[in-house]
Amino acid sequence: MSATASGHSAETPLVVGLPGPWSAIAVAVLLAVYPLIMSSIGEDFYIGVGSRVLILALAASALNLALGYGGMISLGHAAFLGTGGYAVALLAKQDVVAAWIALPVAAGAAALAALLIGAVSLRTRGVYFIMITLAFAQLFYYLAVSLPEFGGDDGLALAARSVVPGLALEGDLAFYYFVLFTTGLAFALLYRLVASRFGRALIAIRENERRMAAIGYPVYRLKLLAFTLSGGLAGLAGGLLANLSLGVTPHTLTWHQSGILIVMVIIGGAGYFWGGVMGAAIFLLLEEAISTHTEHWNLVLGGLLLFIVLVAPDGVMSARERIRKRLQRGKGARTESAQAREEKAR
Amino acid sequence: MLYLIVEQALNGLQYGLMLFLLAAGLTLVFGIMDLINLAHGSLYMIGAFLAAAFYQALQSFFPALVLAIVATALIGAILERVLYRRLQAMSHLSQVLATFALILIANETIKIIFGAQPLMIGMPESLSGPVELVTDELYYPAYRLLIIGVGFAVALGLYLLVNRTRIGMWMRAGASNPQMAAVMGVRIEPLFTFVFALGAALCALAGALLGPLLAVSVGMGESILIPAFEVIVIGGIGSMRGALVGALLVGMIDTVGRVLLTLGLKLVADSATAATLGPTLASMLVSLLMVCVLFFRPQGLFPARG
Repeated sequence: MSATASGHSAETPLVVGLPGPWSAIAVAVLLAVYPLIMSSIGEDFYIGVGSRVLILALAASALNLALGYGGMISLGHAAFLGTGGYAVALLAKQDVVAAWIALPVAAGAAALAALLIGAVSLRTRGVYFIMITLAFAQLFYYLAVSLPEFGGDDGLALAARSVVPGLALEGDLAFYYFVLFTTGLAFALLYRLVASRFGRALIAIRENERRMAAIGYPVYRLKLLAFTLSGGLAGLAGGLLANLSLGVTPHTLTWHQSGILIVMVIIGGAGYFWGGVMGAAIFLLLEEAISTHTEHWNLVLGGLLLFIVLVAPDGVMSARERIRKRLQRGKGARTESAQAREEKAR
Repeated sequence: MLYLIVEQALNGLQYGLMLFLLAAGLTLVFGIMDLINLAHGSLYMIGAFLAAAFYQALQSFFPALVLAIVATALIGAILERVLYRRLQAMSHLSQVLATFALILIANETIKIIFGAQPLMIGMPESLSGPVELVTDELYYPAYRLLIIGVGFAVALGLYLLVNRTRIGMWMRAGASNPQMAAVMGVRIEPLFTFVFALGAALCALAGALLGPLLAVSVGMGESILIPAFEVIVIGGIGSMRGALVGALLVGMIDTVGRVLLTLGLKLVADSATAATLGPTLASMLVSLLMVCVLFFRPQGLFPARG
């Protein structure tokens, strides 16, 4: 069961959904003009929503690196999100408010936490890995709730957003572009990671860990590296999130939050480059749209999730692959055998 | 001082036995059906709410308890037939997602039906007083003693069921090797439904018994789910004996550790800090114990599969 835990069937190509340069440019342009359109039609509120989507898209994509590409089902990524948030808030309490210090520290602290948690957790597999990441996240939650320095149940408030010289982040528009710039850098890093030899090796480990170990890859170290990077990027998202909502509460550390991150990744498509982005966008916009009509958003979300699990487990980004496959079915076995040849040649 | 510790030990025993009721069902479902059921705590919540509803209708504790158990077992059986059966063939990730969805649905449905306010279940009149355990020195609530008694009785009953009956033999066979058990003629599907309904019934029993002590509220399932998971991982997934030992261990560490740590911390810190830090450290000790068990003995203290 563990070999197929990521849910990818044997005939899915290993690297899917890596964006070409044009689609990346298109996404970047679209996101850059988005707040201008919103402010021109007088919907400034949606600029803040946009920042939120971008930040959680980064968090979900960070989890996607571990879960989608690495096959590591972490039910504890809230710990890293929270670590980043608390790092920014604690630094602000010491009057360290420069963004170029606070955000790297947030990412670094979360990466360190991920390194320690991963070093222990990655010795287990399957269900046990899910449980142990959950237990570690609970440890962080208890710690944050109990320590007076961490503000207990109330968490820590930020007096103001981090400071970037020459840019007043207090405005929604400026903050949006700051978030876009920061997440853009993170996504560029993610792209390089996934497209690299390291990314290929990670995907191969997901598909068949034993074989990769037999070939001589340092499986444990590669997975730990991926988990650490994933935690670090989630911490960066946590730091941005604390900036967005001007504070951090223990709620960020709950296992409910970890569950929501997994949900985003699955909605978008685990192991697809834009999976986390798509998932976070769909999740938050649906939440926004449905919450205005009914207070029972969780009921809708639950139903949607069951539908996804039972009917469409590969997420939105897999639609293109599926449509392509359906179109190719007419051409028959030739394409499929070509695909198999290609796979063997790798 | 001694009596304080005895009293806390009894509280720990009571908490541990209630954890055992949840963990027993969880470990059976986990071990026999190879299924992560995050929504197990929701069955506990549903049981408690049903007990509260029946109590309000009947104004009598024990009939409400029995009705809640039967109704929750029924809900469990239906869930197994409709949903869990399909999930069983799926990956762990799908199971996590689907049962997470069930939690959301259960919480929201309960909120729609019963409102967001917590409900109360009245204690049976005859058991509401304290019992004198040591003359003039140690009084303990009769109702908590009842819970301890029921907990031990259920543990004994489950032990006999698993080890001395034919159904128990099938369950053990299913836990150690489901395919082989099926090949040898055990009808796995009704067995799964039975196991699931049994787990749900135990959840309802725990929820209803704890009802008079805690507020019956939405989200109560989530706060007890994590300790229950810790119990079965510590005890060994699929092992009934492990669930009992793990539950008592977790109950004791959490309750007694809370008191002792608070007392100990008072020696080195001011009392306000100690009062907040003690309980947290106790909760963290349990999580740490689970991490240690997973690290050094991932199959748990009493593994089911030989």
